Amino acid sequence: MHNIAINGEPVIAREGATILEAARKVGVRIPTLCFLKERSGVASCRVCVVEVEGEPYPVPACATPVRDGMEITTDSPKLAAYRKMALELILSSKGAALASLACEEGAEATELSKLCCELGVQVPADVDGTDALPVVEGNPFLSYDPNLCIECQRCVGACNAAARNHSLQSRMRGSHVLIDAPFGADWRATDCESCGNCAQACPTGALSLKSRRRSEAPVETPAGVQDAEARFVRTTCPHCGVGCQLELEVRDGRIVGARGAQGASNRSLLCVKGRSASYDFVSSPDRLTSPLVRSPETGELEPATWDEALDVVASRFTALRDECGGESIAAFACSRSTNEDVYLFQKMARTALRSNNIDSCARV
Amino acid sequence: MGTLTLFSIRPRSAADARLGSTVDRFARRVEALPPGICPVAAQAALLRAGAAQTCGKCVPCRDGLPRLAAEVDEIVACTADAGALERCRALAEMIRDTSDCAIGYEAAAAFLEGLDQFTDEFSAHIDQHRCTEGIGQSVPCETLCPAHVNAPGYIALVAEGKYADAVNMVRKDNPFPTACAFVCEHPCEERCRRILLDAPINIRGIKRFAVDNAPADTVATPPRSVDTARTVAIIGGGPSGLTCAYFCALMGHRVTVFEARAQLGGMMRYGIPAYRFPRERLDEDIRGILEAGTITIRCGEEVDAVRMREIADTYHAVYVAIGAQKGKTLDMPGADAEGVMSAVDMLGRIGDGDYPDFTGKDVAVVGGGNVAMDCARTAVRAGAKTVSVAYRRRKEDMTALPTEVEAAIAEGVEMMVLQAPSSIEVDDEGRCRALICQPQHIGPVKRGRPAPVAADKPPVRMPADVVLIAVGQDIDAAPFEACGMTTTWGRLDADDRLHAASGPRNVFVGGDCQTGPATVIKAIAAGKVAARNIDAFLGYNHKVACEVEAPAPHANDRTPYGRVELIERPARERRADFEDVELGMSLEEARQECGRCLRCDHFGAGATERGRQQYA
Ligand code: SF4
Ligand code: SF4
Ligand code: SF4
Ligand code: SF4
Ligand code: SF4
Repeated sequence: MHNIAINGEPVIAREGATILEAARKVGVRIPTLCFLKERSGVASCRVCVVEVEGEPYPVPACATPVRDGMEITTDSPKLAAYRKMALELILSSKGAALASLACEEGAEATELSKLCCELGVQVPADVDGTDALPVVEGNPFLSYDPNLCIECQRCVGACNAAARNHSLQSRMRGSHVLIDAPFGADWRATDCESCGNCAQACPTGALSLKSRRRSEAPVETPAGVQDAEARFVRTTCPHCGVGCQLELEVRDGRIVGARGAQGASNRSLLCVKGRSASYDFVSSPDRLTSPLVRSPETGELEPATWDEALDVVASRFTALRDECGGESIAAFACSRSTNEDVYLFQKMARTALRSNNIDSCARV
Repeated sequence: MGTLTLFSIRPRSAADARLGSTVDRFARRVEALPPGICPVAAQAALLRAGAAQTCGKCVPCRDGLPRLAAEVDEIVACTADAGALERCRALAEMIRDTSDCAIGYEAAAAFLEGLDQFTDEFSAHIDQHRCTEGIGQSVPCETLCPAHVNAPGYIALVAEGKYADAVNMVRKDNPFPTACAFVCEHPCEERCRRILLDAPINIRGIKRFAVDNAPADTVATPPRSVDTARTVAIIGGGPSGLTCAYFCALMGHRVTVFEARAQLGGMMRYGIPAYRFPRERLDEDIRGILEAGTITIRCGEEVDAVRMREIADTYHAVYVAIGAQKGKTLDMPGADAEGVMSAVDMLGRIGDGDYPDFTGKDVAVVGGGNVAMDCARTAVRAGAKTVSVAYRRRKEDMTALPTEVEAAIAEGVEMMVLQAPSSIEVDDEGRCRALICQPQHIGPVKRGRPAPVAADKPPVRMPADVVLIAVGQDIDAAPFEACGMTTTWGRLDADDRLHAASGPRNVFVGGDCQTGPATVIKAIAAGKVAARNIDAFLGYNHKVACEVEAPAPHANDRTPYGRVELIERPARERRADFEDVELGMSLEEARQECGRCLRCDHFGAGATERGRQQYA
């Protein structure tokens, strides 16, 4: 343990902790941009610089380990000026599209936008480039717009250090870092799993999920529901037994996006199913909203009540069981059921159907 | 006549006198050019430097160079169109051909040479809008070390006084910490980022401090993996073979080393003299290596073609690392006289304790490499009356390390430069009497080196009772060729993963016998690469445990310091014995030297995903 002081307040910090970690632990905010916990910490943006007593120059809080007796100042006119300058340089490094992120507000605004608001950074008057770099979007789930990329390498950390898919790498373009997003026309030939963890890591929207409906034409919303801002609802991914935690983004009563949440089994990561295929069906026009029973007269499926439907199922299965014996029946549970449901299901199979032929596809 | 010219001691430009430190910084900036930099960006920078130097008189230089530089900047940024290269070439040729002075024409010539040298890199910027694969910076010292030793890691460990951990940090990539502490040519220091502030870190000296405080045989090697029951035969117990043995043993394979000589060590024992690398220190490394796992040593067993075939049939994998053991000879009259011997033969005999006695004799050494210096300094210690080195070029052209040349001179060796040996004078009994040389003068640069040309001067006679020939070594590849393995220029062929190009399919080849005579550290690097690939060939993917971590870094100390150099014992004292000539650093010196390290593993590109050059 190290005894340090942050802005004059004594703090006890874990040995090996960074200044940022120690500050966050006691609720002191140090702005960050390129840092992403457990993913990436290359100390490139210099937004998290702080002053340390005795050090002649500011140090990045995200990459500087605490030492016993350290006295840290997280805010000063000089630090504020440096942080602002760093953000201004970032904003003006590409074309107008990136620069315009400075003034976006609201829950859906990018992390870069929010930071600019926090630090009072305006849209820069001049920018260095145009928005002419081609967008990479062969992949059906993800796209990469280099014109919005600030070369922070968070996505590189997400794909390599966290998802460990090693599909998205940095390369060089002269003196610039180039993000080699594997979403081109040949996306099938890459190792990319389309998990989208890189997109979740991206602070500017350069990497984005196609399934996210934000920019699509407005759709009919369930009557009476109007959200001023998106809400995030924590839930469990319904697709497989891993049980990843995710946050569904809800707007105007509709689910418009999903992002990984810090859960014991997924630590903010998701797979392609959890991220891009776990909510579209909710408001799909094809979705069944009541049970259907095939009419013996017409041979067509017709809407029925749950009671009617369950009666049909129960009587037919009972008849089959009595006629042919329980072992003639097999019970197969969907992998998208919860553990509790699957438990009840096998119980029903053994006691009501009198069958031990039980399986499930929950082995992703 | 108009006004009388007034002379003044004041320089015309007041700034000129103050430009000294800018020139120095400029030079250091260039010297520290980071490995992995985009070569097109480097060309652009060189061109900008040229453009800034224009005097403003003539058009091609004054207006042409900035225009050219602007075009090249576009290429660097990957925004140039397909015609850019041809436009640049045409403009550069015009500047080269029509500039009035070297400031202009040399800048353009340098660019044109770069254009040809880096064709792929230039076109990648235009066609693919990116640098070629592999471009990107990393930790300079770690990258330039052929074995990619984690130098910042062990430097930081030494700074904390954790010498044993430092030894194991070196061992992660190189099981010869002591050998490298004594004799490594330290390519890691070449572009050390610290050059930007003062001078490269004395990386080798710091390693020496570590092994002096924690001898390698007192530091336990990391735990080995479980026994795989796979057998690996290693032909040659030199640096490459033993490195491969070490890593294979740590991976759990059962290793047998076949060594033709009586003892292990290869050229580190039978080539490098004890005053540069004391034998007992070599033995520390070897004992450490033999601790690593199941390694059986079979010294005194020469491997001929029959034996090689047997070995390839019996063992699961074989690593051939026989080095380059045969001394090259000079084809000149009298070369077979008594008293003429090959450098490697003499140094080889010394390896087993058979020291020559040159008391009262005149000794001439032919050659200008490190082996020639080793011979000359050995001859001094063997009591020679005079020792001269005959070399065709100038002192600065010698391939020996400058420090070796200086040390030899200090010990009384005479450098007879620009002397091309032409014959050996032999007396009636067939004994050598003198070395006859044809004086040379230095001529135009050929293939990057100034070449000697015969001078219009009479031959020079150097009295010599002993002539030592140190003009390179050959590989004795015959037994392996007989097994179907091919050679090019006498070197055994292998692919990038050191898998032998032909012959039995379980054979790997590396070190001097594959590259031609090179350095100890390159041989070590090959041994490690071979071990990894043998492991993969056997169907495994072992990770070698390291168990030590680089300590947390401190902020860079930006104060410029002088570089701590290792000093040598006084020449008049050391020339009389075969004891170690070099003295290690003191604790104070080591601390200061370690404190200069900029920790490029943590600061700069070293912190990024592709910033390290390591074998996982
Ligand atoms: S989608 Fe997943 S696998 Fe593909 S690049 Fe992004 S993080 Fe890597
Ligand atoms: S794509 Fe996004 S996360 Fe990746 S480097 Fe660019 S801005 Fe950063
Ligand atoms: S489907 Fe993917 S996101 Fe959903 S729980 Fe399984 S692994 Fe996690
Ligand atoms: S400063 Fe240190 S880490 Fe950087 S190149 Fe030099 S020795 Fe290596
Ligand atoms: S880490 Fe920053 S300061 Fe260092 S070379 Fe890279 S961009 Fe420049």
